[in-house]
Amino acid sequence: MHELSLMQGIFDSVSKVAAQHNAQEVTLIELDIGEMTQVVDEALQFAFEVLQEDLPLYRNCELKVNYIPVRSKCIECEEEFEHDQFHLKCPKCGSAKTVCLAGKEMNIACIEIEDGSGTNHT
Amino acid sequence: MTKIDLETKIIDKNDRIAAQNRELLKQNNVCMINLLASPGSGKTSTIIATINALKDACKIAVIEGDIAGDVDSVTIKALGVDAVQINTRGSCHLEADMIAQALDVLDLDKLDLIIVENVGNLVCTTDFDLGEDAKVVILSVPEGDDKPIKYPGIFRESQAIIVNKIDTLSMFDFDYDKFASVVDDLNAQAPIFKIAATKGDGIENWIDWLKNKLKKQ
Repeated sequence: MHELSLMQGIFDSVSKVAAQHNAQEVTLIELDIGEMTQVVDEALQFAFEVLQEDLPLYRNCELKVNYIPVRSKCIECEEEFEHDQFHLKCPKCGSAKTVCLAGKEMNIACIEIEDGSGTNHT
Repeated sequence: MTKIDLETKIIDKNDRIAAQNRELLKQNNVCMINLLASPGSGKTSTIIATINALKDACKIAVIEGDIAGDVDSVTIKALGVDAVQINTRGSCHLEADMIAQALDVLDLDKLDLIIVENVGNLVCTTDFDLGEDAKVVILSVPEGDDKPIKYPGIFRESQAIIVNKIDTLSMFDFDYDKFASVVDDLNAQAPIFKIAATKGDGIENWIDWLKNKLKKQ
């Protein structure tokens, strides 16, 4: 259940940014999560809802999660390939010497805030 | 409404502290191993066997991570080795700031090796960098050969894999070749060490691997 501490970290980071922008409300938190991480969608949503209850800044906030497919590059033959969690070897030459290009992300992509000015900046 | 692009890492704070830990350990020529496994797989027994094999060759300390209690650190201290107990109070994994506090307590300039016994968990511990030189996962035979299929992350991210309680292989339905084949697809570069920690069987290859790690410091 490390999603609870991840979500706490997300709220801490976003709250700092929201304060810098004099946000009245945070209406959206959008995350990029790689499919090679151990993050479970349902647990993340649950942690979001539990913590949200005590945070007035987030009372109308929505959580959006983009899952990023796994992509690696072979060091031997330079082939780039998408793969699942289990098969990391290069499909072209069979080498195990590969480097992960995408799929390990745990990022806050963007947020949307209401700053009280009433204007739409997007 | 204003959209703000961030692209910041969620565990940015943890990664920053982990990098500080790594730098501090490097300055003091200390190698740190992050030992991961499920509860009851024999982490403490493996640490004891490792201490017994290495204590004349190098100075070792242990950082024990448990949700509660100090059973493990008491056991380690009885061997004459420094041990720091961290109680995570419910958290299922260690984080870099907990290790930073433990490193503060230890006399780093007198140490060569720190073994971190993480909280017994095959999932959450994988995502948190502590500043270690290597993650090592232990799987014990009674847990079953299907663990790399169910928990691929931990086997993928570890630099070495220990199969403990190998002396019980004939008593369980554990297909070693099947296990090794899945691990080969996941992480062909990680060596697999077959040991029986409480008897000391097979410990030599694991110790040689650790000694190589220590040499590279």
